[in-house]
Amino acid sequence: MIVQALMFYVFAAVAVAGAVMVISARNPVHSVLYLILVFFNAAGLFLLLGAEFLAMMLVIVYVGAVAVLFLFVVMMLDINTLRLREGFLQYLPTGAVVGLILLVELAMAGGGWVFASDVEELRAVPVLSEISNTEALGRVMYTDYLYPFQTAGVVLLVAMVGSIMLTLRRRPDARRQNIAAQLARHKKDTLEIKKVPSGGGI
Amino acid sequence: MAELWDGYLWPLIVIIAKIVLIVGPLLIAVAYLTYAERKVIGAMQMRKGPNVVGPFGLLQPMADGVKLFLKETVIPTGANRVVFVLAPVLTFFLALVAWAVIPFSEGWVLADINVGILYLFAISSLGVYGIIMAGWASNSKYAFLGGLRSAGQMVSYEVSIGFVLVAVLLTAGSLNLSKIVEAQRSVWFVIPHLPMFVIFYISGLAETNRCPFDLPEAESELVAGYNVEYSAMTFAQFFLGEYANMILMAAMGAILFLGGWLPPFDVAPFNWLPGIVWFFLKIAFLLFGFLWVRATFPRYRYDQLMRLGWKVFLPFSLFWVVLTAGVLLALGRLPQG
Repeated sequence: MIVQALMFYVFAAVAVAGAVMVISARNPVHSVLYLILVFFNAAGLFLLLGAEFLAMMLVIVYVGAVAVLFLFVVMMLDINTLRLREGFLQYLPTGAVVGLILLVELAMAGGGWVFASDVEELRAVPVLSEISNTEALGRVMYTDYLYPFQTAGVVLLVAMVGSIMLTLRRRPDARRQNIAAQLARHKKDTLEIKKVPSGGGI
Repeated sequence: MAELWDGYLWPLIVIIAKIVLIVGPLLIAVAYLTYAERKVIGAMQMRKGPNVVGPFGLLQPMADGVKLFLKETVIPTGANRVVFVLAPVLTFFLALVAWAVIPFSEGWVLADINVGILYLFAISSLGVYGIIMAGWASNSKYAFLGGLRSAGQMVSYEVSIGFVLVAVLLTAGSLNLSKIVEAQRSVWFVIPHLPMFVIFYISGLAETNRCPFDLPEAESELVAGYNVEYSAMTFAQFFLGEYANMILMAAMGAILFLGGWLPPFDVAPFNWLPGIVWFFLKIAFLLFGFLWVRATFPRYRYDQLMRLGWKVFLPFSLFWVVLTAGVLLALGRLPQG
């Protein structure tokens, strides 16, 4: 067990240190790279819990897709870090107040948290020793939680359609490739072969 | 003490030995893939290819390796040093790490994990970081454009690869690669899933930035794309990683569609060969196709590339997943948990 405990502390420590670097790194691209490091270590923690499906999904979805797009956008922004720091003192009081309120609210919510007495029966946990946890997740997700799961999907779809509609510009002047029209052309419609007598011209 | 030895140290030694047994031959295979590429393309273009160093030019990859090893690593002045050096290391590392779950023959696998196919998918989706980091850290227009192109391209084609994988694992009923191979004992998945195999192969070309989708390193417009500024060993790491990824894609194709280590027919002359030989033959066959494509097709235009990925492959593979699930349900063959 000692190796597992050691691995836990390694993953946890790197994750926390990475998270601190995300907000303190001067270069925004470095921040995103540290964020990726944090995702990775979170996946490592999931693995230690025996939740290998969640670990892989975290890497595929967050690291493989979301963070790539983050990096993509941040790299193309021309951020002047010096100018960003100019207003730091000016915004500090407002930021501190907002942070403080959030902290107090979290403490109140966390402090007043009591587990319901029948929570153990409510938990839809299949017996993990018999089946792999991928199967276990699937069984719960597509039976007991089918509607919340589908609703989450629909919400994402709406967000996607909305963002496409907001950024879509119709450009009637753009010349688009019409592949069907290209393929429908025939040699006899477009090509004419002429015998040119030498010295005569057409 | 005995517990420490039996529980941790001895397994550690065994695992390291296995890793060496996988990585060593893999690197040699990468070296000779470059040789095979030059020979095959040479033959297709009626040239001889490398034939000076050693008999039939067989030592050419070694000579190239030594040349790259002895050259100077140049780091551009405006480059972001840490990210610049990290990018090729990452590419190379990811290309090797994926091989941990590949089953070479029955039971010949370093880590026989339950979510093997997801692990492969996760690792191959990380490959884009090496390229995008290299493009940004080089502080050069060409490299940056190459990196951005690559990011867009790899993210797009990953989506259709994902649906291809879903169709296959629905049929196999498992995420474990060994079980997927075992599920093909009666018929290889290439027969019921032929259109998916074609999509997987083409997406594999795009995912490994191979011709005709090699826009990230299009030499006619971007000089060499994301690796313009790289030299010596940093360049070699990109190169090795890229070719190791090609072999990995071919191995994935062999496992998912061509029955991995299984012989084509389980009768006398075919099952005399050990499983690993069949596996390598299938990989070699798919790799030959990669080289053949490179010698045959011109490069795609970027908008055509995107159109193919999003408007052709994605809807079709989505449709095929639904069709597969429907057919399996109708036949009562849907995997029951």
